[in-house]
Amino acid sequence: MRAETRAAFIKTLPVSASYLVLGFGFGVLLVSRGYPFYWALIISLTVYAGSMQFVLVDLLSGGAGLVTAALMTLLINARHLFYGISMLEKYRSAGRKKPYLIFALTDETYSLLCAQDPPAGLDRYRYYFEVSALGHFYWALGSLLGALAGAALPWDFQGVEFSMTALFVVVFTEQWMSAQGRLPALIGLGSSLACLAAFGPGRFILPSMGLILLLLTALRSRMSIGETQA
Amino acid sequence: MTLHGALTVGVVALVTALIRFAPFLLFPPGRTLPPYIAYLGRALPYAAIGMLVVYCLRAVDFQPFTAALPDVLAVALTVFSYRKRRSALLSITLGTACYMLLIRIMA
Repeated sequence: MRAETRAAFIKTLPVSASYLVLGFGFGVLLVSRGYPFYWALIISLTVYAGSMQFVLVDLLSGGAGLVTAALMTLLINARHLFYGISMLEKYRSAGRKKPYLIFALTDETYSLLCAQDPPAGLDRYRYYFEVSALGHFYWALGSLLGALAGAALPWDFQGVEFSMTALFVVVFTEQWMSAQGRLPALIGLGSSLACLAAFGPGRFILPSMGLILLLLTALRSRMSIGETQA
Repeated sequence: MTLHGALTVGVVALVTALIRFAPFLLFPPGRTLPPYIAYLGRALPYAAIGMLVVYCLRAVDFQPFTAALPDVLAVALTVFSYRKRRSALLSITLGTACYMLLIRIMA
């Protein structure tokens, strides 16, 4: 085994567990809505964005419009812009591997590669590539296994869709505990609740996005999530 | 599978990729980010997650209140366990199992 492959394998071990389990949940959820198992594999290989894929299941089975799907993706994945910005330098000279490295820049990949340099003596771009590809592999494998299990096992998976709720509740709790972004978190929560009450469950998402953007812009001077980050 | 489904997957994949590639296309060496965009990038993720929690729970029926109990209790367990152990996997598994159990008991 190449030294880069071994280092990447060890580096991605912690992420492998969460990618396999969450991917599995995504696969089960997708087939529970009547989609064939191989759709899970196709989506995980082409979209490769954890939380967005759970929302995608909802968009698919709810028959959401393409504009709504695009805006939803933009809002949920907007944070990836900033992963890219902080990796500009690191990936600059990656050559032929650069497009894939950028494509595979998920939350997890970013968290593994943003802070540390590769172990000494390794081809750094090969190492980045293998970390990215291994994460992609675990995610796709988990999705495929979940989809196959969901399609083949005679169990009743009703209620498994709560995994998406639980995922976002966990992220919300984590952000709340870290205390940095409580005001924007409350703006997101409050705007959406208000729009849900006003427009109903079928059409509150777009007005919510508008209201969130408006409030974030208006309250910009009061935000403490400040000027620290690059 | 429907054409609309395939198009939806295509749009989501395309927009996700565009977001990831945009910085490398828009900010070649030496160009700095407009402060307003940088600010939105820091603040939006927090607001988006708040919106997504509401999105996930949008169809919960609070009339009568007992109909909402599986969601309320499962969310409470997810938050509580996460605050205790700070393990995302554990809390997601616990919350989902709790929900799946409750909708069967209370059906």
